[in-house]
Amino acid sequence: MIRLHHVAKEYPRTGVALSHLTFQIKKGEFVFLTGPSGSGKSTLLKLLLMEEKPTEGEVWVSGVSAKKARRRDISHLRRRLGVIFQDFRLLEDRTAEANVRFSLEVTGAPKSAFAQKVNRALTQVGLASKGTSYPRELSGGEQQRVAIARALVNDPFVILADEPTGNLDERATRGVFQLLKDINASGTAVVMATHDLDLVRNSNYRVIELNHGRVVYDSAETPPPGTGMTPPGGLPGSLLFPASDKPAGTN
Amino acid sequence: MLAFREALIASKRAPLLSALGVLTIAFSLFAFGLFSLVALNIKHSLQQVEERVEIRGFVTDGTPIEPIAAAMKDISAFPEVAKVDFVSQEQALARARKELSEFKDVFEEDVLPGSIEVHLRAGLRNPGTVRDVANRVGRYDFVDDVRYGEEWVDKLYRLRNIATVAGTGLGLAFALVAIIIIGATIRMAVLHRAKEISIMKYVGATDGFIRLPFLIDGLMRGVVGGLLALLLIWFANRTINRYFLQTIFFDRKTIAIGIVSGALIGVIGSMYAVGRHLRRI
Ligand SMILES: Nc1ncnc2c1ncn2[C@@H]1O[C@H](COP(=O)(O)OP(=O)(O)OP(=O)(O)O)[C@@H](O)[C@H]1O
Ligand SMILES: [Mg+2]
Repeated sequence: MIRLHHVAKEYPRTGVALSHLTFQIKKGEFVFLTGPSGSGKSTLLKLLLMEEKPTEGEVWVSGVSAKKARRRDISHLRRRLGVIFQDFRLLEDRTAEANVRFSLEVTGAPKSAFAQKVNRALTQVGLASKGTSYPRELSGGEQQRVAIARALVNDPFVILADEPTGNLDERATRGVFQLLKDINASGTAVVMATHDLDLVRNSNYRVIELNHGRVVYDSAETPPPGTGMTPPGGLPGSLLFPASDKPAGTN
Repeated sequence: MLAFREALIASKRAPLLSALGVLTIAFSLFAFGLFSLVALNIKHSLQQVEERVEIRGFVTDGTPIEPIAAAMKDISAFPEVAKVDFVSQEQALARARKELSEFKDVFEEDVLPGSIEVHLRAGLRNPGTVRDVANRVGRYDFVDDVRYGEEWVDKLYRLRNIATVAGTGLGLAFALVAIIIIGATIRMAVLHRAKEISIMKYVGATDGFIRLPFLIDGLMRGVVGGLLALLLIWFANRTINRYFLQTIFFDRKTIAIGIVSGALIGVIGSMYAVGRHLRRI
């Protein structure tokens, strides 16, 4: 479904952001993307959104090749992707409903189905009663749920989430994460970039850890250290399994 | 339809920005239009003066009418010539008395000679042609003298050339400034909605879909700004007409072209501003 092949991304002024990336994400998979600040998580998500093109290698998302895709192909691909951000990116001057509907309006889908779809999406995120509220009248967690509803309303095959809980407190984080898990359980893949190592450690999902633009750990390739199958002492460059004599998870 | 609604919603959301945009367009078109009106009037006046360019061949007293009539027929066959008239001694006297009524009594019979008056076609009243035709008129035996206001034909012609070049140059400069200002106001509108545009991109809007409301917005601004500018110019023209001097106003075709150009500038400005923005996201 998502495939990267020897991908490198170099920015004109800041240099190499990603290099030597080759991996796949399967249909319906939940993947954490983690790593220190500047390691390239957001850049990787931008490649999947095709907001940026790889400098080298190739990215395929649902059969669309980053190299060959025209602007129009990318627009059409994005209608089948859901994307959420740390800062929610809602339109402040529209209600929750209108924000969700926005996502339908751009697709040119038949209008008659809008109301019902918007309603379903808001219900799915637990905000059926807040449809007429404006973003400023909602808590951070609720705003992120509206953003998730907006991402869901077009029935995406994958949700790309860039630190969706980065601005949220403990409780709201758990709520949003639970929601993403539920969405994943119903068959939608989720790729979630996060700094929250506890969240990563406490779930059983696949983890891809980046550092300096390279994959330093991918739980689909290597079982987690400390399970006896890899040498003790952690992994070089990894925060998740630091290469020190302390056991993982104590930092 | 949706795009149209979006455009309306957008101007409702940022009424000050829209009003400013329309006013900016109106004022830059006003400046351009006022300049064009002045240019139009100068051109019109010069044309009127030009129409008075004539070659006058004075005829020897007592020349019979037949050779004069034959000569006039020849002359009217010249391709440069629009019209040939004969002014008899009596007519010349009557005209002089009328035009210079203060000196009515100075003129006596027989003082003024009869003459052949030649008017040239529009566009051929340049010094070279005038001189050439005058020479040919002068070749007739019974023509004593030919006059055509040598110096002022030259001057008029030069003035017209200068006016045309200066007018076109200044007009282009004004139009360019108008386009730049209008482009800047539309760019402001685009930046104002940058967040909305970026979200549209993320949820899969095509470039065309994003562009359309801006095009409509630009079109409306251009038309409204153009109409406003027209109103201002019309007002200015009426004031000048009433208190200062007689002027002419644009004809309907020019007005229509003006409004269409306003709309076009709005649309092109939007296309450019949004296109530039879209290329970066
Ligand atoms: N638009 C850009 N232009 C130039 N350089 C960029 C751009 N975006 C990111 N970079 C660079 O690419 C590298 C990776 O940045 P990226 O935003 O992907 O990191 P990140 O892992 O998401 O970090 P964070 O956890 O802080 O969000 C950084 O060195 C950054 O400076
Ligand atoms: Mg980031």
